Amino acid sequence: MKKNKKLLIRILVAFAVFLVGIVLYKLTPLKSFGEVAEKWSFGDYRFYLFILPFLAAYLIVGYDVILKAGRNLLSGRLLDENFLMVVATFGAIALLDLPEACGVMLFYQVGELFQRYAVGKSRRSIAALMDIRPDIARVLRDGKEVVISPEEVEIGDVLILRAGERVPVDSVVLEGKGSFDTSSLTGESLPRDVRAGEEVLSGSINIWGEVKLRACKKYDDSTVRKILDLVQNAAAKKAKAENFITKFARYYTPVVVIAALLIGVIPPIFLKDWGGWIKKALTFLVVSCPCALVISVPLSFFGGIGGASKRGILVKGGGALERLAKANVFVFDKTGTITKGSFSVVDVFPAERAKEILTAAAIAEGASNHPIARSVVEFAPAVERDGYEVEEIAGRGVKAVKKGGVILVGNAAFLKEQGIPFEEAQNPFTTLYVAENGAYLGRVMVSDVPKENAAEVIRGLKAEGCRTIMLTGDREATAKAVAAEVGVDECVADLLPQDKAAWVETLLSKETKDGAVCFVGDGINDAPVLAMADVGVSMGGIGSDAAIEASDVVLMQDDLASIKEGRRIAKKTMRIVRENVVVALGIKVGVMLLTALGLMGAFAMWLAVFADVGVAMLAIINAMRTLR
Amino acid sequence: MKRVYELTDLCCAACAAEIERDINKVSGVASCNVNFIMQKMTVEYEEGANYGSVLKAVTKTVRRVEPDCDVVEVK
Repeated sequence: MKKNKKLLIRILVAFAVFLVGIVLYKLTPLKSFGEVAEKWSFGDYRFYLFILPFLAAYLIVGYDVILKAGRNLLSGRLLDENFLMVVATFGAIALLDLPEACGVMLFYQVGELFQRYAVGKSRRSIAALMDIRPDIARVLRDGKEVVISPEEVEIGDVLILRAGERVPVDSVVLEGKGSFDTSSLTGESLPRDVRAGEEVLSGSINIWGEVKLRACKKYDDSTVRKILDLVQNAAAKKAKAENFITKFARYYTPVVVIAALLIGVIPPIFLKDWGGWIKKALTFLVVSCPCALVISVPLSFFGGIGGASKRGILVKGGGALERLAKANVFVFDKTGTITKGSFSVVDVFPAERAKEILTAAAIAEGASNHPIARSVVEFAPAVERDGYEVEEIAGRGVKAVKKGGVILVGNAAFLKEQGIPFEEAQNPFTTLYVAENGAYLGRVMVSDVPKENAAEVIRGLKAEGCRTIMLTGDREATAKAVAAEVGVDECVADLLPQDKAAWVETLLSKETKDGAVCFVGDGINDAPVLAMADVGVSMGGIGSDAAIEASDVVLMQDDLASIKEGRRIAKKTMRIVRENVVVALGIKVGVMLLTALGLMGAFAMWLAVFADVGVAMLAIINAMRTLR
Repeated sequence: MKRVYELTDLCCAACAAEIERDINKVSGVASCNVNFIMQKMTVEYEEGANYGSVLKAVTKTVRRVEPDCDVVEVK
């Protein structure tokens, strides 16, 4: 920040010299500065005595602006801020209104300084939010601890992580216990206790304890790198509002400059008072600077994206944020999004034989990795499985055989094929039928249950006037049961992955321009739908690259509430963007009107400077609210 | 080929927008994005473009708009 300090010193020195000039001038009995020239001619030393302090102050504070303006003149860029300021102040000098020229330049530079300071500060606070990059990795090499950069870590390296350090690459805990703060990744504020065998994500911080880790991924493939890439490239995808404002600024400045020329030339032909009208024209030139407008919009979006990422919501650009704010149709995938994506046993029938049924089922399913099988084993009491030969029959079930015993567990079709008489159940759950030694024992009903807050989130969205739809590949009965439980407006079942894409496409073609369709999925198998929707939201963190590529918003936490939170941030950001545009334009237009009508009085040019840099400052401060 | 540069002393948002617009017109540049807030510029070069000479043209364009601006590649 050396440059800012230099400017500050120049401003202070120039201000002191400026005050000297004012004091000298006040010692005279003159009513206006113009009389200085009338009273003393160019040959008189007293004329220079009054002029010099102002000229000196003007040059001290504004020489760099003049230099830049000169260079712009040479390259034909006449609508640059520096050039406009120089023309305006030179004009005031030519009218021999030196205190005004000097004061305006001073005020302009003070504004620039504040603006730079504010931008720098907001840049740092946004950057701090995204500061999840690990700096070092401690690796055990030949039994010795070596400090290397995270990029140099190889898969399989043993890492040491002390309290307060960041995990350099995605790893598994080998030994030790620790408590990990993942808030900068997921927004989850509660630390997570981690022990041997568990995975830890790069970028999370070990709060206490020392752990040994084994690196599972290279730095470039690790979570932290993917998040950084995503957030840093976010600004590349600009919002419509951003493009609009840069385009608007391109026309705004020339139009105001032309207006200034007209005001400086046409009215004085009829009304005389050349000096007065030229001064009004110069004021217009100061107001024509576009910076306040141009800076306010992207900074707001950037702040919104930063604020969202702090809460574990990664938004890919202003455009995505803009569409999320507009979204009024929310389409959810069922499994893994509305529901937990893991099965649990909801019922065993008949209940009085539950223990017997579950024991048999657990013996048969014990070796399987299928999610349904795992849920049964977890629910059942611990069983002795030795001696059983297990055979899996795809799409049917399992058969476990031991000398003197056969257990069959599977769907209705399976038991029918095996010729076992049983009663088929009528319910929305996935049902496993269990038979032992040729006799039907009973059935186990498993279901994928909705997430705890699913109903609450859906209710919240509906309360805000959004339409909610659930898509699933499951059977109608299963889907209906979940839909009723969480309260979505519509539910479409029996869809293949490609059907989902087609369904969303039809929905998109029917939607009006004012709204947007948001698709929320877990990123597994639904990348095409994520890409197609106006806003594709993938849940549950940095999963597959395809899902990240295809989605506009990635939720680091597997929590539906993040959608509402993301929508709230998006709406707030858009509100701030609108406020900034309206206020900046309003003040500028207001100053122009007042100037043209001659209502601004002696402070016209000063107020015009405020309309430029002051408004930029206001916009920056307002934009920073997006971070909160 | 994509490269990221830091633009030091980029002090005006309107200038950043102008730099972006002008660099997008430089031949050999597929796309350019200037992030005023992070003071970063991302330039994507066209396949087979002469990197050295295109970078020179890019730097020149930046300087024309912001004479004090340095273009430093970020690794």
